[in-house]
This record gives sequence, C-alpha cells and structure tokens, in this order.
Amino acid sequence: MKIPLVYNVRSIRQRPVSTAMTGLGIALVVAVFVAMLALANGFRAALVRSGSPDNVMVLRRGADSELSSGISRESARLIAADPRVAVDAQNRPLASPEVFVVINIPRAVGEGVNNVVARGVNEQAFPVRNIHITEGRTFRSGQSEIIIGEKIVPRFAHTALGDTLRFANRGWVVVGHFSAGGSALESEIWGENEQFMPVFRGEVFQSVIVRLKDRASFPEIKRTLEGDQRLTVQAQRESDFYRGQSTLLTNILTSLAIMITSIMAIGAIFGAVNTMYAAVSSRTSEIAVLLTLGFAPRSVMASFLVESAVIALLGGIAGGLLALPINGIVTSTTNWNSFSEVAFSFRVTPGLLLSGAIFAVVMGLVGGFFPAWRAARLQVVQALR
Amino acid sequence: MSLVQVRDVHKNFQRDSQQVSVFEGLTLDFEERSFTALMGPSGSGKSTLLNLLAGLDRPSSGTVTVAGSEVSSMSPGKLAAWRARHIGFVFQSYNLLPVLTAFQNVELPLLLAPLSKKDRAERVKIALGVVGLEDRMDHYPRQLSGGQEQRTAIARAIVSDPTLILLDEPTGQLDKKSAQEVLGLLQRLNAEFKKTIVMVTHDAHAAERALQVLHLDKGELTA
Amino acid sequence: MKLIPLVLANLRRHRLRTLLTTLGVSLAMFLFASLRSVVTTLNAGTEIASASRMVVQNANAIVFTLPMSYRARLAAVPGVTEVSWANWFGGQYGDGRVFFGQFAVDPESYFTMYPEIQVPPDQLDAFKHERTAAIVGKGLMDLFGWHVGQNVTLRGTIFPGDWVFTIRGVYTPSNKALDDRSFLFQYAYLDERTEHRIEPGWYTLKLSDPALAPQVAHTVDDMFRNSSAATKTGTEKAFNQSFVTMWGNVQFLMNSIGMAVVFAILMVTGNAMMMTARERTGEVAVLKTIGFTDRTLFVLVMMEAGLVTFTGAFIGLMGAKALYSSSGFNGFGFLPGFDVTTATLAIGFGITLVLALASGLVPALRAYRLPIVQALRHVE
Repeated sequence: MKIPLVYNVRSIRQRPVSTAMTGLGIALVVAVFVAMLALANGFRAALVRSGSPDNVMVLRRGADSELSSGISRESARLIAADPRVAVDAQNRPLASPEVFVVINIPRAVGEGVNNVVARGVNEQAFPVRNIHITEGRTFRSGQSEIIIGEKIVPRFAHTALGDTLRFANRGWVVVGHFSAGGSALESEIWGENEQFMPVFRGEVFQSVIVRLKDRASFPEIKRTLEGDQRLTVQAQRESDFYRGQSTLLTNILTSLAIMITSIMAIGAIFGAVNTMYAAVSSRTSEIAVLLTLGFAPRSVMASFLVESAVIALLGGIAGGLLALPINGIVTSTTNWNSFSEVAFSFRVTPGLLLSGAIFAVVMGLVGGFFPAWRAARLQVVQALR
Repeated sequence: MSLVQVRDVHKNFQRDSQQVSVFEGLTLDFEERSFTALMGPSGSGKSTLLNLLAGLDRPSSGTVTVAGSEVSSMSPGKLAAWRARHIGFVFQSYNLLPVLTAFQNVELPLLLAPLSKKDRAERVKIALGVVGLEDRMDHYPRQLSGGQEQRTAIARAIVSDPTLILLDEPTGQLDKKSAQEVLGLLQRLNAEFKKTIVMVTHDAHAAERALQVLHLDKGELTA
Repeated sequence: MKLIPLVLANLRRHRLRTLLTTLGVSLAMFLFASLRSVVTTLNAGTEIASASRMVVQNANAIVFTLPMSYRARLAAVPGVTEVSWANWFGGQYGDGRVFFGQFAVDPESYFTMYPEIQVPPDQLDAFKHERTAAIVGKGLMDLFGWHVGQNVTLRGTIFPGDWVFTIRGVYTPSNKALDDRSFLFQYAYLDERTEHRIEPGWYTLKLSDPALAPQVAHTVDDMFRNSSAATKTGTEKAFNQSFVTMWGNVQFLMNSIGMAVVFAILMVTGNAMMMTARERTGEVAVLKTIGFTDRTLFVLVMMEAGLVTFTGAFIGLMGAKALYSSSGFNGFGFLPGFDVTTATLAIGFGITLVLALASGLVPALRAYRLPIVQALRHVE
C-alpha cells in the first residue's frame, strides 16, 4: 500500500476517544464471542475426553445412554472373553463391567437439584479408563467405600476424605478423590459394582467397556458382539459414544453464540461506519492533497480500509484479553442423556482467540468499506473549493 | 513547441439548476521555463484553468496538452500517475498533512516512484535545502509558521522534479515578510533551476515577481 | 416544546449517522429483551404450577421408581384428595433428532389431576377405551403433521423395541406457558408389554388445601423413610423449578451477555453524540451569540440523545414483543410460551434512559460550558 501506514496510525491517535469507543464496542462483541464458545468448548472437551478410541463401549441394543441400558453378568463375561480385548500384566482382560445410576446428594452451598452419577466399577476400570487417585486410596472390595471425582468435591457436601455420604439408605465412607484427565468422569462418584448392584438396579450391569489390543480391530469386534445370538448389545467406540452425548448441548451453545454475536456485530459495525465517515469528512483536504499528488483513488480507499481494520484489530485483541480470565473457571450443566450434573471448565484456546481477532478485522473492513469508498471517490475540485 | 498548449477549451459547470460557462474557446500557450502570473477577478476562471492544467478537471471540449501528453483525454488512472510525475501543486492553505513531519510530508510524492528509502531521503533533504528548511525537517506543521508551512509545501511540489509547478494563491494567507520569502524562492526556482511556473494570484505585488502576467476576465484573456 | 424542530433539524444533518445509531440501539434492545425473556420464560413455567399439587419422587434420584403399593397409602394421607402416577418412556420418533416428552399415564386419574390438559371429551373417552391409544399435544401434531387416527411408532430406549400407538386425541394446554409437545399413552400398555413389573416413576397428589403442603410432604416422607424406596415429596412448583436449575446458571449467563450488549451500544451511541458535538462547536457559539442560554443548549443536546435512544429502544423492544408473540416462537420446544413480559419492557426502557443520559451528558456539558469567543474561531 503506497500511502504510508504511519499516516493512518497517527491519524487514529488524533482522535483517541472516538477510536477507543469504536474499538471497545468491537472488543465487547469479541469478548462475548470468545466467552460463549469457550463455554461450548469446555463442555464438549469434558465429554469428548471421557472417551478413548482404544476403548469400546458396549450397551444393550437400542439404549441411547447408559441409563437406559442393561447387560447381564453372563453377557459381561462373554464380552470380556473376546480375543480382541487387551489383557493386563496378570493376563486378566481389560474389561470394565459398570453399574450406572444417578443419585441425589446435597450441595455444599445452597439448594438445588443435585443429580450426580454414581458408577459401580471393579479395579479394571482404572487402567481401562485412565483414572488416577489424587488423594487417599481407592475403595476396597466388599466395603461400603466410595471415591469422588475431583470436579465435584468442592460442589457437594460430605465429600472430604473420611466423610460419610448417605444415599440408597446406606452410609458410604469417602476414602479417596480421583482425576480423569478433565473429562466428565470427574463429576462422578465411584464405588464397587458388586456393592452398587443389589442396592440399586438388581443383577445387571449397565455397560461394559473394554480396551482393544489393536484400535483397528474395532469393526470386527463390533460385528462379532452385535451378531452374537446370546447377546443383545450394540458396540461403539467410547470416543464416539461421548461425542454423541455432547452434541445436543454443544450445538445449542454454539448456535446461541453465533446468533447473539451476529446481532451485536451489526451494532458494532454501525459504530465503525459512523467513526470512519466522520474521519473521512474531517480529512477531505488531506484526501484532496493525496489525490492531487497522484496517489490513485484505490490507494486512498485501501488506506482508510486499513485504518478501520487496525482499529478493529486492536478492539479484537482487547476483547480476547477481556474474555481470557474466564479460562479454567468451573461451571456445570446437566447432561440430559444421563440426567446428571457435569462440571467442566471454560476453555479458551489460541484458535478461539485468533478467530476472535479475525472476526474483529472483518467487522472493521465491513464497517470501513463505504466510508473508504467515499474517500476514494472524492472530487478533488469540489473539495478544494 | 511550447510546453503547455491550451486549444479551444470550453468549460461549463452545473451549479444547482444553472449552467455556468467559464471558458468559451480559450487558446493559449505556456513556454518552457516561463514564469506566468494569472490574474483576474473572482469567477474569471483562473483556478479552473489551473485545475485543467493539472488534470484535476476535464474541459467540456477542446484539448490541454502538457509536455506532449494530452492531459484532457487521459483516463483517471493514468492521470494520477502522470500527475505524480509531472505536476507540483501548491495550495493557498498549504494542505500539509498535520500528522506527518515536514520530512514525511515532502517525501509523500516520492512514495509513488520506485525509489529506495535512501534515495528518497536524499531528494527530500535537497528539496528542503532549496527552500531553506533543512533544520526543520522533523517538525510537525503546527510547529511551523505560515511561511515555513508554505515553503514546505513548495518543497513537496518540487521534490519529484516535476515538469510544471502550479500555485493557487500561494501568498494569500501569509504576512508580508513570509510572502516575500516565498516569492523570492519562486523566482529562484525559475531562474536558477529552470522551472516552468504558473501562479494564480490576486496580489499585484506577487504578480510583479513573475516574468509575465496574464489577465483573465469572464474566461477570456484581456490585455 | 419549541426546541423540537431544532433537535430534529440537527439530527437530519447527518442522516446516516442518526439512522445507524438509532438502528444500533434498536438491535441492542431487541437482543436485551430476547435474552431476558429466556430467563423469564423458564421461570414462568414454575410460576404457573398449581399450588394444590405435589410430586412424590424416589429419594435416591428421579431415575428410580416407586412401588405401586404406595398408591393406596398415599391416597389415605390426610389432605390428599386424588392420586395419579406416570412413567417416563424416553423413546425416539423417526431419526430421533426432535426431542419431546413421552409419558405412560393412568387414564382415569391423570386428566382430572391436570385439568390444564384440555382434551375434547369424546377423544378422551376413545383414549380410555383403547389400550394402545395416545393423546398428543397440539404443538407436536403440527410439528410432525400427524392427524387423529394415525398410527405412530416410537423406538424405545429404556423399554426396548418398537412401540406402535394410535393417536386418538389432541390436547391443548389452557395456558400458553405450558408445554404442548408431549405424548401421553396408557400406563397399562407399558406394563403389559414389558417382561418385569413396571413401577411408577413418580406420583402426583392433589391437596384439599394448598396450605397443607408442608404437612403432607412431611407425612409422606416419614411414612416411607425406612422402606427400600424412600420418598422425596415437594410442591409442583419446586419440582418444576428443579428442572430449570438443571440447565445451569442461565440467569447469570444471560445477564452477563445483556450487560455486555448494553455497554457496547453505549459506546456506539456515546461516540456518535461526541462526534456530532465536536463538529458543531462553531454553531453552538453562534447560537449563544444570538442569545440562546447555556441551559437551553444543554437541554438541546440531551434531547437529541434522548430522541435517538428512545426511538431505537421503542423499535427494538416493541419489535421483539411483537415478533415473538406473532411468530409463536418457543425456543424449538424448550421454551413454551416465550414472551417478552411487561417487566422486561420496563427494564429495557429504564436502561435506555441511562443510555440517553450517559451518552448525552458529556457533549451536553461541553455545549453548556463552551466559551463563545474561543468557539467563534471555529466558524467558517
């Protein structure tokens, strides 16, 4: 661009208040954009991380979630015996038959419905699902002991080590806390499946999760299990299962984000249009000079477009910074598939911030277009009259 | 062949609902190295003529030729480039860009030419030297007096070594002393540097400094 | 007020700027009204709950059932005049993309328990006499293009298999805020077709007097405290409320965004006012020279700000109200009875007042304080 950038930069500085206000308008649009998508991102990430492509989630055929599924002990044994299932150092299959229930427990602060997932597992669940004890120890077989996911420890009452949590007419001692790579599993309470079974749902598991020896063998094991007459099951990659669970809410949040920020963007663009028109009007003699000197009209237009884009970009960066502090803040919503609470953190990614900046520049270019065009079409003769 | 040839130029304006005719068949020449003062009452068309010479405006009919190029029929794109190369224009109200320093203002026309940064800086310093403002090159227009601003504008007009220098009431906003400085500079540019100059003015004292004076009245040359 | 023509003339000077600023305000207020209405609509659902109905759930969690034997014992509790029950079916229709509630209900007691669910008597009768009949909400009928007498197949998830129903009736809720997209069928059909015994997901109780609610809750929960299925009893309002909170802190989210929107538009409006002020310095001086007082000029500028903001707000707020009520928008089924309440409009106009004051104050003060002589230098 032939007209020096320093001209635009200095001109922006000549009207600091106007520039700041326009930039701030754009900053707020970008901040809302980043914040809402960070919310959607966070929820999605929590759920997606819960599943691994190396694992297979087996549910009863026709069930759309663990809640509505049921698998007998015999079926669970057959599934675990499949040759494609990986084994651990002691040659035991890495298969986790799980009891899945939703329980109601009191909050740490205030009232509110407190549906939390309680999952009954055996020791195989830990390697299969990549769970790590962060405090205390895991539960012992045969005992009324439970461990609590990190994310919900601060949110509910009686979750400290040594506390007793009451549900299903029994007291359960909290012996440990666990982490699960930031996934939705961290919003759960875990205990032994044999302990949970009789108390809750009778003699069935809700799901069986197995680790594959070879990730690529999934299509085969799916065919085998689903075709087996003794079983009535469906098999999915664990990662696909959780991705499906996150879709509804992620879509709602994303659509909401786009709708809201689009409307806001129009307002911000109007602000940019006003500012740039005013800038062009107050600088007609300068534009006339540039045109007289021989700068082509399209150079003048480019110059003003760049000016508008720069203001907008500064606003976009400010907006990203404004939204940045929410990264990592924990909030919660309900996973309607399991009717239980999922706690997750806002996730601001570099990609998101970049999108925000680009969004800002687009707003600046759209807003600056007509004013820049007018600058380029300035009739020198009339301007100098 | 004269440097500038104006042949049978007609120029009409539409002002509100009126058709105003400024020139009706004007023909005149400007020789190379001439220094002409254009005088006349307001509405006589002197500024319009200047605009036609610079290619800022187009005649309704007739031709304007400068250094062999028919300015009156060039496309707007070509005109811009041509103007950058061949014309140095000085306005009554200086019209320096307030956000740029004197140096940067003078440098502006050179940005349109394929010169290196070093070459540009050299030429700017020469131009500012000619007008006697080398020590002020990092000052902003608001830090310069009216006369200094106008001299900077003249430096900008000569920095690309143009074929023709056009001035529209260059001393109109200056006090007597500054006006004298500027006019002296113009005489030097013409005598020493062999520049062709056309200056519109209503100031008889300014006109005296030129080598010839043309009078325009209602679009016609009078004695 | 004789100043109004002057105000209008000033605004007409930069038609585009005035137009864009006004439109910007209307967009912002439209958005504000929409956001707030999400919260008010969610809460409205709880407001219309009947004070004389209570819900009895399994204390462990909503996903557990209660024994059928409880029915008689609940009916015997003092203060309880009627008992009904239902179960959540949770099936899918077609590709399963569209979510709607499906309930297995007791035909005799359910409709007397919920008079808001209005069904033509002949249709209700047909429903009661046919095991596989279904009564469907008007909204759902329209959505899928079903008609009475049609067979509909639902794919069970909790209760596996394909379930065929015949639509025998259509219900219309007596209140717009009530859901009209539910699918009701016979509890007995569910029981019949499932291998093991079906139990109610929850019971609903009708009270003789709403004031008895706390007492009844206490009695019921005590009664079953040591059973295998302990109960949690609460008012219908509390039950509805719990579903709203399950979404998360929606109120906080909407309010935060609302604040950002208002702030952003303040920037746009304030900027427009200030640019205008800067351009009119000379004129203000001339007006003062003619004899206009400082105070008059202050009022003039404030009126300009007020006119732009309130016109924009009117378009945005009333536009939102008109749009939502005429289009029957219901948040894709999640927000039945979506409406912009009078309270929201009032708050919207209140914010507009603040907007007008905030954006107009600085330029108005500037005009007020402008020293004539200095400003006259700006006049051409």
